[in-house]
Amino acid sequence: MELLKAGMAGTVESGDILVEVEKTGASGVEIALDSTVMGLYGRRIREVIEQTVAECGVSGVKVTASDKGALDCTIRARVKTAILRACDSSDYGWTVK
Amino acid sequence: MHEKQRLRRTMMFIPGNNPGMMRDAHIYGSDSLMFDLEDSVSMAEKDAARMLVYNALKTIDYGTTELVVRINPLDTPYGRADIEAMVCAGAHVLRMPKTERAEDIIECEKVIEEMEIKHGIPVGTTLMMAAIEGALGVINAYAIATASKRLIGIALGAEDFCANMKCQRTLSGAELQLARQTIVLAARAAGIDALDTVYSDVNNEEQLLYEARLIKDLGFDGKSVINPRQIAPVHSVFNPTQKDIDKAKKIVAAIKEAEARGSGVISLNGKMVDKPVVIRAQRVIELALVSGIITKEEVESL
Repeated sequence: MELLKAGMAGTVESGDILVEVEKTGASGVEIALDSTVMGLYGRRIREVIEQTVAECGVSGVKVTASDKGALDCTIRARVKTAILRACDSSDYGWTVK
Repeated sequence: MHEKQRLRRTMMFIPGNNPGMMRDAHIYGSDSLMFDLEDSVSMAEKDAARMLVYNALKTIDYGTTELVVRINPLDTPYGRADIEAMVCAGAHVLRMPKTERAEDIIECEKVIEEMEIKHGIPVGTTLMMAAIEGALGVINAYAIATASKRLIGIALGAEDFCANMKCQRTLSGAELQLARQTIVLAARAAGIDALDTVYSDVNNEEQLLYEARLIKDLGFDGKSVINPRQIAPVHSVFNPTQKDIDKAKKIVAAIKEAEARGSGVISLNGKMVDKPVVIRAQRVIELALVSGIITKEEVESL
């Protein structure tokens, strides 16, 4: 998939994370994270964002995220939705457990 | 295959795009949770809500709570994707909104089956329930209730029903009486559950209790709730009283005694106990057991 524009998903409500993805000129994934639980979970949140971006098969991405204590499953959902929106894609990739 | 017959006193609505509510929705003890992808989600957020509920269902351990997802109708751009995502996520039951005819159920079932086959899930795993929210749906209630073996129940959606009927919801519930009775009759004839609509004023517990008692008396199995505060009052109405339990225990003991004697005639205090009384007593004991009011050991010792 290729990012065609900026994409956003999520909210700044408790338990959620607001994610914005945009294309960069460089390769790899750049993450700008702000979290209410940065000290304890900052590293883990970055890992989940990186994994989700990799699973979506995109690179050259900047992810700006404002976290309000989201669970891993919420982070995955918001990052993936933001990427799919940025790619104008409906390739959701549903799989069974 | 998920459990078709189970306790459904309460089914709590969770808006599908609210991760904060999704995180701990099961700790309040409702029998079922209903994640909503339909009316509580704006059109611009349908994709986000679907992705969120999919990930939540695959990740969060909701214990023994029944997991229902209200999908968008198939005649919208979201219905098919909702079904594929929720079948894959392992939702126990898909709730079809605004069901008007048996064909609505049959059409949805075809898509569910298609998705089960596509993803290697045994056909029949995903169960269904139908929400009846208009005059035509009420008229076709029995046809809807018998349209698929996957159906676990039919539910009344009162707000849409009242809009369709050009009437307002009242405290007495007179405007819903025929719809409620038709739905419970159809459900009983089809051998599935009848589930009542929400009561949306969370600050009026007295009216909630009135509605819960009314629908219990009509024969409903449970009621939808929109707030954790509504769970305990509804359960208190559906749970059997100590007097009911004591009476039921005596009848169950009489059944066991008759079985031990090899007799088909059950008598209590010198009077014969009719079959409907036996069935009701057994239901009270089952309800008391699953509600945690009595223990399995107590039932076995009767």
